[in-house]
Amino acid sequence: MSTPATFPGVRLHVVTGKGGTGKTTVAGALALALARRGKRVLLVEVEGRQGIAQTFDVPPLGTEEERLVSDPSGGEVFGLSIDAKAALLEYLHTFYKLGRAGSVLEKVGAIDFATTIAPGVRDVLLTGKVYEAVGRRTGGRSSTGRNKGGQPIYDAVVLDAPPTGRVVRFLAVNEQLADMAKAGPIRSQADSITEMMRSKETAVHIVTLLEEMPVQETIDAIAELRAERLPVGAIVVNQVREEILDDDELAAVAKAVTQPSPELAEAVRADLTAVGVKATAAMAQGLLTEAAEHADRVALQREQEADVVAQGLPVYRLPSLPDGLDSGGITVLADALGEQGVA
Amino acid sequence: MTTKAAAKAPHLDLAALVDDPGTRIVVCCGAGGVGKTTTAAALGLVAAERGRRVVVLTIDPARRLAQSLGLTELDNTPRPVAGVDPASGGSLDAMMLDMKRTFDDVVEQHATPEKAAQILANPFYQAVSSSFAGTQEYMAMEKLGQLRAQAEEDDSWDLIIVDTPPSRSALDFLDAPKRLGSFLDGRFIRLLMAPAKAGGRAYLKVLSGGVTLATQTMGKILGNSMLDDVQTFVAALDTMFGGFRERADVTYALLGADETAFVVVAAPERDALREAAYFVERLDAERMPLAGVVLNRMQRLAAGSLSASRAASAAEELADGEESPTARTTSGLLLLHEDLAETAARQRAHATRFVAGHPGVPVTEVPAAAQDIHDLDGLREVGGALLR
Repeated sequence: MSTPATFPGVRLHVVTGKGGTGKTTVAGALALALARRGKRVLLVEVEGRQGIAQTFDVPPLGTEEERLVSDPSGGEVFGLSIDAKAALLEYLHTFYKLGRAGSVLEKVGAIDFATTIAPGVRDVLLTGKVYEAVGRRTGGRSSTGRNKGGQPIYDAVVLDAPPTGRVVRFLAVNEQLADMAKAGPIRSQADSITEMMRSKETAVHIVTLLEEMPVQETIDAIAELRAERLPVGAIVVNQVREEILDDDELAAVAKAVTQPSPELAEAVRADLTAVGVKATAAMAQGLLTEAAEHADRVALQREQEADVVAQGLPVYRLPSLPDGLDSGGITVLADALGEQGVA
Repeated sequence: MTTKAAAKAPHLDLAALVDDPGTRIVVCCGAGGVGKTTTAAALGLVAAERGRRVVVLTIDPARRLAQSLGLTELDNTPRPVAGVDPASGGSLDAMMLDMKRTFDDVVEQHATPEKAAQILANPFYQAVSSSFAGTQEYMAMEKLGQLRAQAEEDDSWDLIIVDTPPSRSALDFLDAPKRLGSFLDGRFIRLLMAPAKAGGRAYLKVLSGGVTLATQTMGKILGNSMLDDVQTFVAALDTMFGGFRERADVTYALLGADETAFVVVAAPERDALREAAYFVERLDAERMPLAGVVLNRMQRLAAGSLSASRAASAAEELADGEESPTARTTSGLLLLHEDLAETAARQRAHATRFVAGHPGVPVTEVPAAAQDIHDLDGLREVGGALLR
């Protein structure tokens, strides 16, 4: 088992993972875990799915940052669903003081073009907004000059990023853009964003389940991130099911399964009858069949677990929540991250 | 296994669907991680072994699944799958989508060689074709259109099964004709193309001063060399856009036709079912032919007659009571069963809620496989469960 790291100097936590692994939930739990340590955290989503609102059970987020949680420690979680169009207009306003030209661009469809059709521009705007939030300091919204005088507004930004298949393209989009734009303000902005993404202030965490495909995608993503010199943080194994049987019990059951015999089924049936269960031979056999499948699944999970650990990265494990996020599930996950050293 | 919830919903009869020669296209959609690609492949295999001549278009299959289909290289061409039982006269081909290559093919087919070369070399095009959000969705549909046309032409297949990209935007292709339309008719495009078309300043006369301001602003923001690239790209694409849009219309019509069936794949979990609800409602709004929903990976119980609570109390009693030599094994079996039975009950509750919210939508359930699927036998088993 790897020792979990704490990522003390990291201010941008990027959370990715294969679709269906629960990366939005994990991003939410991470933001909450940081807030419980007294930090002021911005949780950001970029795919317009309103996953944050669902996770924290609040009305859909708008284009303004909204406070989702205030922790007694003084920590806070703010939520934002970044909208490419709003980000572009804000960008134009900040950098070009565009009054009329901004609305003209909107009128001729340039804004729509830039945010839906033009390649990569959307991702540039989204990462640009994240960059702005990470760099924002008291005493003025400065995303270019990193005004060193003020304090950062947010101690950390947690980004619910696109899934593993697209995340590298998303994070490295500014480099692609830099290839296209040889000079000019976009170029320098792109360079600064790329620099931040590759700095020690950033960590890309990958969420996985102990299943073949998510683990494979995790391993692939680690290689791709490294190839782009993007800093890989931790692997978060989500939905780890409680071990129902300890190793001795499992061994006893496994033995029953590997050496099936009518005698054993009969003995199980007798045990059941002894404690008042109206057991049939079929029921006893059914229990043995379920155990055989369980043993297979445990073996498979251990294989996947070994592959995860072999990556040599910090590994966090989050429990499976039987009731999903209802009844405070996100708090359980945040606690689990806290206990494993996230700070 | 109980099927109380499914009993309320009409049964999705996939056997009847794939046996019907009138079914020519099956589109599998759903959230990521629910087994969509496996479902598409399994459906293809069993349909082929029931006599259909099938091609399966997969988007991003798991490595071992791809290997089981003989998809070792991404070459954008359907290849026969080895090991399919040909006794019923059917066949199975499979392919993985290469989105950039599909886009390149479109360009090469619809532009003069000279213009095609110009487009392919344009940095803007290279970015669009490999990273434009939504390209995968568009290209999946483009490829579907191509396969359908080829099937018509040389009668190579009578059933096309399409896997879709694992996101909500998988349904973006439904908007393709509309989006392309408003894009092409947009003033911005005319503005971008104006200098290239009119060559010089003539365009200033036709377009308003606001537009000039817009171009200047764009130049200022993007840098003039990038603006030039964009203009060249858009102008170059201009010639092929007409065809692009026409085909998007044809594909849209094809998707809505009687020969097509949409199958929404879901897992019995809250998030996956929420996505499934979105797909079902969206398809309904577009009047697309929804065949029904596959509830995948349902927990099955081999000892279903024993309730979770009864199993728990029996396990406790066994632990307390007189030791029989097998007491420890039996109590382990009971604890395990309790957990499985609780999972099954939870999934059942999710399924019931979904069915109640979508009355009349046919549903079929597929039990969870104990192992990952990585060979044809595994696929065949899933296929058998799908067709029940």
